[in-house]
Amino acid sequence: MSVDPIVELKGIGKTYETGVEALREVSFGFPVGKLSTLLGPSGCGKTTLLKIIGGLIPPTTGEVWVKGKRVDGPGVERAFVFQDFALLPWATVLRNVAFGLELRGVPKEQRLEIARKFIGEVGLTAFESSYPHQLSGGMRQRVGLARALTVDADIILMDEPFSSVDEQTRRKFQEDLIDLLQHRQKTVIFVTHSIEEATYLSDLIVLLSARPGTVSQIIQPNVDRGSKSADEIRRDKNYLDAVDKIWQVLKKYLG
Amino acid sequence: MTADGSLAKAYLSTIQPLIIGFIICGIIGVGFGVWMGLSYAVEWFSLPIFLILQAAPMAAVVPLVTYIYGIGLTSKVLAVVVLAAPVIVMNSYKGIRNTNPSLIQMCRAFLGTRTQVVAKIILPHAAAMMFTGLRLGLAMGFIGVVIAELLITPTGIGDLITYHSSVADFPEMFAAVASIILIAAVTIHALGRLERRLFPPEMRGS
Repeated sequence: MSVDPIVELKGIGKTYETGVEALREVSFGFPVGKLSTLLGPSGCGKTTLLKIIGGLIPPTTGEVWVKGKRVDGPGVERAFVFQDFALLPWATVLRNVAFGLELRGVPKEQRLEIARKFIGEVGLTAFESSYPHQLSGGMRQRVGLARALTVDADIILMDEPFSSVDEQTRRKFQEDLIDLLQHRQKTVIFVTHSIEEATYLSDLIVLLSARPGTVSQIIQPNVDRGSKSADEIRRDKNYLDAVDKIWQVLKKYLG
Repeated sequence: MTADGSLAKAYLSTIQPLIIGFIICGIIGVGFGVWMGLSYAVEWFSLPIFLILQAAPMAAVVPLVTYIYGIGLTSKVLAVVVLAAPVIVMNSYKGIRNTNPSLIQMCRAFLGTRTQVVAKIILPHAAAMMFTGLRLGLAMGFIGVVIAELLITPTGIGDLITYHSSVADFPEMFAAVASIILIAAVTIHALGRLERRLFPPEMRGS
């Protein structure tokens, strides 16, 4: 990683008011244009770390630098995909997807046009005027993803986006996500507790230790995604090796 | 009563303090509840008061209101207000305070300002509970106005009940009682239906 990282964490620590220390001295640079995953045992503070990067939670110590500037709040260059989708229950899919642009004051015609384009890309055109409660979990998260894409941020932060989606939908969704990101120069920071998911999706995996979370190891799965199909990747030697290597590290933190 | 027009006339005079009191509660009560929900200082100061008011038998205050404001319309309006306000304020306050924190975080992540968070997330989220508060408030308002008419000065439907009772004309008295119960029940039920249509449960935030 000789190129300048797009997101840089400098000695991030977080102690909650309750006295629980969630993160300690996390320093790491996320490379531009890659999909990096934060992976770790449950309770290691991966979601907290992602929300700190997103500017939604202030760190107790340390600094977050994005594109060479120190940040202490949300910004135009970062978009967030939430674990619980965070859709407005009283708004249609169309309005939900356009909501990020609505907040920025983009005129209605224009924002709906952009929203329609991304609703099409995530395959929900037929559900444009449905309400979130009429959609399945997987479809709701597609809405969340489309909303994050409309604001055209360079960095997309995804907090366990597939955790409330069933296994089969999840596989399909992972494949679609790779397709969606392939031709865009997006940097993605992804939180998951699934080793397979991390290995399948990531260029780079940041393994966090048990609480207080700190960077334990960096793993690059080196899975050749370009030429192989999704099913071939799942049988690829590098993929299986990486899964095993991660498991060997994480095993230590369990029990 | 219906034939000689006394029932219609009675309702005209009963409904006046009810409507005035309800409008006052609707504007000031909802407004104050929202303020309480948005400001921790206001909450700290007024939440205990409203918790007590909500639990207290406010009907007991009506004679006090009469003592201060006399026997006119003001007292009757106030009787409606003291009964209806606590539930309206508390529901608005809870509606604001129960907003799904994840939606607020989402709004901030997409660069929503504090004003946008309030206007586009918190208020729409609280709207359903505010409406519930108004419906329950109106039910309390009916109680308030009848108590006022029985305790303060006999006018309207309270007068019909008192008068027919005093001359031992019980069929007329029961008819008056039944009519107010019917009107209140139908009104509140209609509002309940309107509420389910405006805010279907699945479209409310959780």
